[in-house]
Amino acid sequence: MTSLPRWLDIGVLPLVNLALALLAAAVVVALVGEDPLDVFAVLLQGAFGPGSLGYTLYYATNFVFTGLAAALAFQARLFNIGAEGQATLGGLGIALACLSLEAVLPGWLVALVAIAGAALFGAAWAVVPGWLQAYRGSHIVITTIMFNFLASGLMVWLLSGPMMRPGQGSPQTRLFDEAVRLPAVHDLVRALGFEAARSPLNLSFLFALIACAAVWVLIWRTKFGYALRAIGHSEEAARYAGIPVRRAVVAAMALSGALAGCMALNEVLGVQHKLVLNFSAGYGFTGIAVALMGRNHPLGILAAGLLFGALFQGGAELNFEFETITHELALVIQGLVILFSGALAYMFTPWLARLLLARSAAHA
Amino acid sequence: MPELWIDLLTVLDGTARLAAPLILCAMAGLVSERSGIVDIGLEGKLLAGAFAAAAVATLTGSPWAGLAAALAASVMLALVHGFACITHRGEQIVSGVAVNILALGMTVVVANALFRHGGHTPALGAGERFSPIALPFAESLIGIPLLGPLYAELVSGHNLLVYAAFLSVLLVWWLLWRTRFGLRLRAAGELPEAVDSAGVSVSALRYRGILIAGLLCGLAGAYLSIAHGAGFVREMSAGKGFLALAALIFGRWKPLPVLFACLLFGLLDTVAPRLQGMELPLIGPAPVALVSVLPYAMTVVLLAGFFGRAIPPRALGRPFVKEH
Repeated sequence: MTSLPRWLDIGVLPLVNLALALLAAAVVVALVGEDPLDVFAVLLQGAFGPGSLGYTLYYATNFVFTGLAAALAFQARLFNIGAEGQATLGGLGIALACLSLEAVLPGWLVALVAIAGAALFGAAWAVVPGWLQAYRGSHIVITTIMFNFLASGLMVWLLSGPMMRPGQGSPQTRLFDEAVRLPAVHDLVRALGFEAARSPLNLSFLFALIACAAVWVLIWRTKFGYALRAIGHSEEAARYAGIPVRRAVVAAMALSGALAGCMALNEVLGVQHKLVLNFSAGYGFTGIAVALMGRNHPLGILAAGLLFGALFQGGAELNFEFETITHELALVIQGLVILFSGALAYMFTPWLARLLLARSAAHA
Repeated sequence: MPELWIDLLTVLDGTARLAAPLILCAMAGLVSERSGIVDIGLEGKLLAGAFAAAAVATLTGSPWAGLAAALAASVMLALVHGFACITHRGEQIVSGVAVNILALGMTVVVANALFRHGGHTPALGAGERFSPIALPFAESLIGIPLLGPLYAELVSGHNLLVYAAFLSVLLVWWLLWRTRFGLRLRAAGELPEAVDSAGVSVSALRYRGILIAGLLCGLAGAYLSIAHGAGFVREMSAGKGFLALAALIFGRWKPLPVLFACLLFGLLDTVAPRLQGMELPLIGPAPVALVSVLPYAMTVVLLAGFFGRAIPPRALGRPFVKEH
């Protein structure tokens, strides 16, 4: 296998993959009968135009959390495709903390407990598949898929029964107390005396940035991160080097699940202020695209998270501007990105290496 | 007694209807995974097939044209999967995820472009779908105690694709365990090096495996939208592809056990809504939502090896690199 120098792998390959995905999406748009350039212009306008940046960053918050969750597991060659379920459980952790404690504790303290609850519940939902993989040999991909469905079944049961808002027929909890909610960014900015457009962007975005830094430190500056990367390169070599592989696998899944669970901070504690069905809305799967595109590096994930945030926010604008193109085009592009930067990752590597390194090889 | 018998037959009849797409998808997964290619893209192929069938049946008025379109759409996604995993040795899980998301987005985008109907297709008329087939003598034999109703209610009166689903189990079994092709296909999933050293192409075998999977998922998709249902609704596959994957594992990659797993899951699906509002002893109101996720829980427990053991084909998920 031809391997690329680092700058190509990180700097150029993702752009080539993105360009290809956009090109393929443009073909779809053209076949549908619209002008691809018009569509992309509306996408960009919708993502970065006045008043929409907050929405883009709000979506990006979800994708950074789920992207980090996928990437952390990828480092140890684990496919955690259960971020959906882990985020759902994270939401449950938040709701349980808020609904049971908000009457007895001060708001900020409840919020702290809720944040811990999101991480803990997400981690717990990932630890079981991790443990089953490490100690019982069941395939983590299958178990995490099953756990997604188990989480959604659990949620339907809880929200239409034990946790349903009293006196109402819809499957959701009652609203959380004002004091425990994460403050919206536009409120914070206005409190400082500036003007800001309303958006769902809230304090979770800051948490997402902190999570990026924390994951970077964890993966590249700690012994545990080294163990994960060693397992990712060769499980046998890691075992031979005395790394407790099984424990590391379970721990990696716990952290991955905690990150996925934190996605619920943005949706449940930051925006909805109540637990509703299916708030994860496929963002867990988008995390896989974000991790692949960001080459499993926190900085790359931040960039890819912003890109997908723009794609989802811009995609929402498509519904208003075109009769035939809807925001599901963002899903098509997402699928293509996963295909090109993940499944077909090896298709362009040798080609790109030959193209860009031919000259330096000739010199040598 | 006769009333209880009729009730039982109605439940089993419902089971057959709900199990049919599971059976087709699970058989698709079985052929693909026996050849060594993990297929978590069953869901996406099912959805694409469902959309293509409904769209073409609407445009042409012919269910047969719809069926052909379903096969073509599903096979196309299977080929994308094959191109990524077999030709370019990409990650099979990642490719499967891509196939699922691509199908989810494409079906709605194209449905909106064609019909401007909020991602749905218009409802299909009677002549545009596969309607129930009354088997010969179903009416005249109904008077025979027990067996008459059994034949008339349960065996007769399904659409073509339900019969195709049950037939597919027999066909897959025969193809994989009674032909030379099947022996080689299974070898490609267990020990591809041996197949290669016998001078047979592992890639060609695996491509044929995923092609068959594509065809079977296409049938399942057509069943959803132009036989069982009457039109495409967004996300109408609703996890059935993943449920089939669970059945495939629950049945340990063997046709007959997989069939029984599908029937069991179909039965649970049929019975769950009937439990709505029922008071169970000790438990209280029946937790219907929990009953419907029972198949996933059972699969996890089986995979963990707490009872029995589900052992996948040995080379499953491992790209084959030919030595030069």
